[in-house]
Amino acid sequence: MGLAYALQQLINGITLGMIYGLIAVGYTMVYGIIGMINFAHGDVFMIGAFLSLIALSGLASLGITAVPLALAITLVFAASLAALYGWTIERVAYRPLRGSFRLAPLISAIGMSITLQNFAQVSQGARVKPLAPLLPGGLVLTRAGGFAVQLSWMQIAIAVTTVFCLGVFTWLVTRTPLGRAMRACEQDLKMAGLLGIDTDRTIGVTFVIGAALAAIAGLLFLLYYGAIDFYIGFVAGVKAFTAAVLGGIGSLPGAVLGGLLIGLIETFWSAYFSVQYKDVAAFSILAITLVFLPTGLLGRVDVEKV
Amino acid sequence: MNARGPLADAFLSALIALGLFAPMVGLETHVGAHGIALAPRPLAVAALVGAVFVLRLAVRLWQARPHRAAAGPGAARARLAAALGGTKRFLIPTLLAIAVVMPFLASRATIDLGILMLTYVMLGWGLNIVVGLAGLLDLGYVAFYAVGAYSYALIAQATGLGFWSCLPASGVLAALWGITLGFPVLRLRGDYLAIVTLAFGEIIRIVLLNWVSLTGGPNGISGIPRPTLFGLRFTMTDGPGTFAGFFHLAPSPTHRVMFLYYVILGLALLTNWVTLRLRRQPLGRVWEALREDEIACRSLGINVTTTKLTAFAVGACFGGFAGAFFATRQGFISPESFTFMESATVLAIVVLGGMGSQLGVVLATLVMIGGPEMFRPLADYRMLIFGLALVVMMVLRPRGLVTERRPSIMLGAAARAAPLALAAEEVG
Repeated sequence: MGLAYALQQLINGITLGMIYGLIAVGYTMVYGIIGMINFAHGDVFMIGAFLSLIALSGLASLGITAVPLALAITLVFAASLAALYGWTIERVAYRPLRGSFRLAPLISAIGMSITLQNFAQVSQGARVKPLAPLLPGGLVLTRAGGFAVQLSWMQIAIAVTTVFCLGVFTWLVTRTPLGRAMRACEQDLKMAGLLGIDTDRTIGVTFVIGAALAAIAGLLFLLYYGAIDFYIGFVAGVKAFTAAVLGGIGSLPGAVLGGLLIGLIETFWSAYFSVQYKDVAAFSILAITLVFLPTGLLGRVDVEKV
Repeated sequence: MNARGPLADAFLSALIALGLFAPMVGLETHVGAHGIALAPRPLAVAALVGAVFVLRLAVRLWQARPHRAAAGPGAARARLAAALGGTKRFLIPTLLAIAVVMPFLASRATIDLGILMLTYVMLGWGLNIVVGLAGLLDLGYVAFYAVGAYSYALIAQATGLGFWSCLPASGVLAALWGITLGFPVLRLRGDYLAIVTLAFGEIIRIVLLNWVSLTGGPNGISGIPRPTLFGLRFTMTDGPGTFAGFFHLAPSPTHRVMFLYYVILGLALLTNWVTLRLRRQPLGRVWEALREDEIACRSLGINVTTTKLTAFAVGACFGGFAGAFFATRQGFISPESFTFMESATVLAIVVLGGMGSQLGVVLATLVMIGGPEMFRPLADYRMLIFGLALVVMMVLRPRGLVTERRPSIMLGAAARAAPLALAAEEVG
């Protein structure tokens, strides 16, 4: 029982961690390039979840019920529209404040976060929206002492989607001219601009990619938990940021690693200690990491020059 | 700068708005019998898209005004700075006079709103010490507000002491929490500090929510004792020991509201006075120096951690006072009142006011708290407007309403030349 229970928690924790990892990538990319905490990112994730819900419901009412097809259409729909949200947010709320003092974009981002939350509440209602499970059942891996360790189809779907999206994303960042421009901006924004990279455009693209990944995380969250409301973005956002910091902010593999760790910590804490204090566990990890390991697990040391 | 014509630009904006709003606004999800049902709302989308089109067109035409380039922004700013400098001399006494006289002239609802605004002014002034003077970004200020409120409620329940006896304890406990939380994290860089303080704010709220045996959990604490005036209670009867009985007045609930108003006015002014005095002392100067350049401070032998801790503790202390006042005013507290939204609102007040400016906090409170109260009939849209206003005001005036980020002290010729130059600069 003991080991089987732990194995089940491991599976659940990795699933949750993948969702956090997808969101964390967006935080870490934006922070890497313009050194700003994109506070509204968690709410873009929430908007992505709502867009997914709308798409799935719409497809169901149109009679498209083949699950892989419906999921693929929803994924593209939610990711592209959330990308539009990401681009618009950057254009409207952050770009005018570039080069302004440090706190201005952060306050603007907090305002944007409040706006998106209340926008979703006003337009879609404050009630929790449930979604009937699309993929019930799963694989029973092992049975021990009356406890079945289950790997659900949904968890497999989440893992496949996450790995696929991160694969595409990695290819984009490491193998394309766009990715090269992004990495150049991350290293030195001013120098990249002097060398002919359209920095505004690159930053815009960063927000677009981050928002698309967050929306995919929103879709996976909706599928996994089967219920969303307008407030899910805040807590998920803070935890994903924690994941980004834990992995070393600015480091893309670090964000995914941090996400997995936060997911595991949260799941095991809930399973063995107390569900009520699971957020406290995640936030404490954040504080402890920052105090003892300010660069995170995979981050590089930042030398402050005078 | 912008190659497209205004019309094409507005059209493009409308197209983007269509993409943004068509699914989220146009298709409302309803929880039906067979899962989620969609209800189309084409009119709302059309209205929003039309509004974006018109707004964008108006902004572009406004930007294309011919005389704008000719006059230059510098001249207009200098004029505005001079006007502001002139009115400021009268503005502060006027505001103060209005604040003192207001309860005698206004209705009870207005006094209540005044109490709410003064609470935020006090919180804003308290946070201003941390953010505006010392330059430490604190996103969890509400934690100290909560500690103050719960300290008062719990001490009062356990010992039977009144508001005035518990008030110092609330402030001291909040300051202690400030030191405890601040000590390990204050060597972090700005943004990291922000996110850790946010995490602390949430941790305190979650603990208050789940430690049911101490805090009552989500049910909160009720029956918190009301404040007295030198032992005179505010009741609806006029026996001995009551305010109405002592002064031979007809008992009225307005007395207590007015009394609370003056209590918070006094506390807020105390915060302001302490801040203004501290700014002239070595400690305040070190805070400002730290805000301007931490590395320079360190190389001059200033103990950065201790200095930051004092700012954190003093700010937390005033947050604790405000919390105790909140508890005694409401008579009931629960974790609901201490969400991240409160921290964000107070921080918005400080930044929007112009970091470090005491007058700015007051003006920003009038806008940020008074404004939404006026929108109260709009109910659900109130916070939406609040969020949008935050973005718009930040974009239009990133340095805040009143920018006073000037060191309290300068040397020789620089000091004589600086005010004018700064005045011209600070309106921008």
